[in-house]
Amino acid sequence: MADRTDHRPDPEELLRRVQAGERRERRGRLKVFLGYAPRVGKSFRMFDEGRRRKQRGQDVVIGSLQGSLTPDLETILANLEVIPPVREHHAGRVWDVINLAAIFRRHPSTCLIDGLAFDNPPGSRNPHRWEDVEELLDRGIAVITAVNLQHIEEKQDAVERITAKRAANSVPEEFLLEADEIEVVDAPTEALIGRALDASMPDPRQLAELREMALLLAADVVERQLQVYLDDHCIAVRWGAQERILVCLTARSNARAMLESGHRNALRFHGALMAAYVERTRLDAADRERLDANLELARQLGAEVHRLSNDDFVEAILDFAREQRVTQVFLGHTGRERRWWEPRSSVDRLIDAAEDFDLRLFPHREAR
Amino acid sequence: MSERHKGHLKVYLGYAAGVGKTYRMLEEAQALKRQGIDIVVGYFEPHGRKETIAMTEGLEFVPRRAIPYNNAAFEEMDTDAILSRRPAVAVVDEFAHTNVPGSERLKRWQDVHALLDAGIDVIATMNVQHLESLNDQVWHVTGVRVRETVPDWVIDDADEIVFVDLTPQALRNRLERGVVYASDKAQKAMDNFFTETNLAALREMAMRHTAHEVEEKLSAAPPPAVVDILAPAGRDLRPQADAEPRRKERILICLTGNPFSAVLIRRGKRVADYLQADCLAIHVAAPGEDREGVERHMSFARNLRIETHTVYAAEAPRAIADFARQQLITQIFMGRSAPRPWYRSLRETVVQAVAAHSREMQVIIVASRRR
Repeated sequence: MADRTDHRPDPEELLRRVQAGERRERRGRLKVFLGYAPRVGKSFRMFDEGRRRKQRGQDVVIGSLQGSLTPDLETILANLEVIPPVREHHAGRVWDVINLAAIFRRHPSTCLIDGLAFDNPPGSRNPHRWEDVEELLDRGIAVITAVNLQHIEEKQDAVERITAKRAANSVPEEFLLEADEIEVVDAPTEALIGRALDASMPDPRQLAELREMALLLAADVVERQLQVYLDDHCIAVRWGAQERILVCLTARSNARAMLESGHRNALRFHGALMAAYVERTRLDAADRERLDANLELARQLGAEVHRLSNDDFVEAILDFAREQRVTQVFLGHTGRERRWWEPRSSVDRLIDAAEDFDLRLFPHREAR
Repeated sequence: MSERHKGHLKVYLGYAAGVGKTYRMLEEAQALKRQGIDIVVGYFEPHGRKETIAMTEGLEFVPRRAIPYNNAAFEEMDTDAILSRRPAVAVVDEFAHTNVPGSERLKRWQDVHALLDAGIDVIATMNVQHLESLNDQVWHVTGVRVRETVPDWVIDDADEIVFVDLTPQALRNRLERGVVYASDKAQKAMDNFFTETNLAALREMAMRHTAHEVEEKLSAAPPPAVVDILAPAGRDLRPQADAEPRRKERILICLTGNPFSAVLIRRGKRVADYLQADCLAIHVAAPGEDREGVERHMSFARNLRIETHTVYAAEAPRAIADFARQQLITQIFMGRSAPRPWYRSLRETVVQAVAAHSREMQVIIVASRRR
């Protein structure tokens, strides 16, 4: 649970940002091509980019190559220098390991690395190829690489649920998030099926699900990178491409209906679900109990729960919604008509003030 | 997917000019031609881009048609000429284009439908900001009100959508090198529309929308034969079946002659699309209202395939609530009521009255964002 007060970055956070910025400047740039399944053409796109950079006069080498070469690929590769991987034999298996020492000596400006998710044999300098890539970047060499969705560690459970298969080796999602650029290699699923010559290929439905997942993963990465950019440049924005839903909980609201609807909406939009309540000191035991039950339900439904402290309910919600770039606020209402002598309710005030988000009103459960 | 057409429609979807949609389309055209398929270029916009122009080499072009307008000649795709040429496949650039007045059809996508109806397959290109449902969001992010829009159902009906990606950095490099626009125009573009933040936001919209299209096609397809999924802890990304069968969501949009109704219609329809809900619109006729504005919004709603109704009643909130109940509506979308003079501020607004009358439904007051 997050307590919200001031949201300006503290000095340490600023220092971290400066240091991160300096590190980024020294490091080589990392670009990752992300595919949703084998044979969407991500390696082709990677090598094609290498070819174009070379044409523009950059010093480009290939550090690793995977699989068989198509005629298209052969044409591209004809003009690119290859630093062949070292072939190692280990416990009856053959491993191709990137020749880091040779690449360091050669020190190109850009190095192309296919098969990012590969592991190195036991006893290697780094257990994983992506760690080799980190070393190249640390030496100021730009890397272009390619990876498939099923190799992203944090997505492997979800991929397994779709395909009933799990790739043996993986790359942490953090590696993608830290990349300077990520590019999606999209292709219609139909195009892949024609090429499926072996049984390892998922069926059309599975492919479509993987495709959706890869696009959403890329969208999340883009969203996060955009956020970092905005923070670095101190730009405050009140918009986002993602739906962000805030359910306002009170003791009296029909929390179940609001949270279930919020959950469904968040799922359909692939958006974020948040629940917030405004701290009140004067709550009797029964109301406190009801509120706690509502908060528990919110957590069960995957909502991020926030406690807001502000004497003014409307202000608290407005501030929080603005800060979190909320697109929809869910709120309970009594549905009872206001008598002329009564003060304007919170609902009325929120309706008047809500410019940046949709306000979704839910009747309270109790009859009038 | 498309029920109405005989031809197959594939759309290369990008997020800005210069990401390489046309190049990819032509690349595919070349590949099809190599396979011996009878393919023509129906419309191509070269924009002076050398690499793209080189990609058209050897392809057959159907010449454009000149259409005089305001003492000038404009060139449009010659749909009739393509129809009489009858290729197996036609490639058509700039799907969202609005034809010059005097053309047979208002929009290029309507020309494409004519080709599809004749059994010609079409490969087209479009940018995400032309989607009707994203119009307000795009304006809010970029400050640009896109005038050439395509109703979402036109894209939903496409058989295939392919997202053409390029990172904003790479796109800006292309602009700097003068690949996309002539250099004076390029600098202007980079300062205005093609900023890092605009591009990132548009790109994210395009990714999310393509994911949405993929999911729509998935849910339209028959479910898998075998379900052997034991979902462990963690989020299942697929839309989950509810524990008990739920009533289908039905959305009602309350529209008026107020210009804000356009925003309301787009938002209500977008939510309906994502929730796979039915979508209706109602207008309660009142004396002295802006009839022309109302008619414009009703026809806009119908173009987006929203069922429209007009109701004559003295008391709008009650009429809306009654209609909603009778139509089994679950969500009512409204704009905020106009500000009232002080002497009327003690009476409740239309929104409050509708909420009070429609106790079994959700009432949504749609955001009226400013820039």
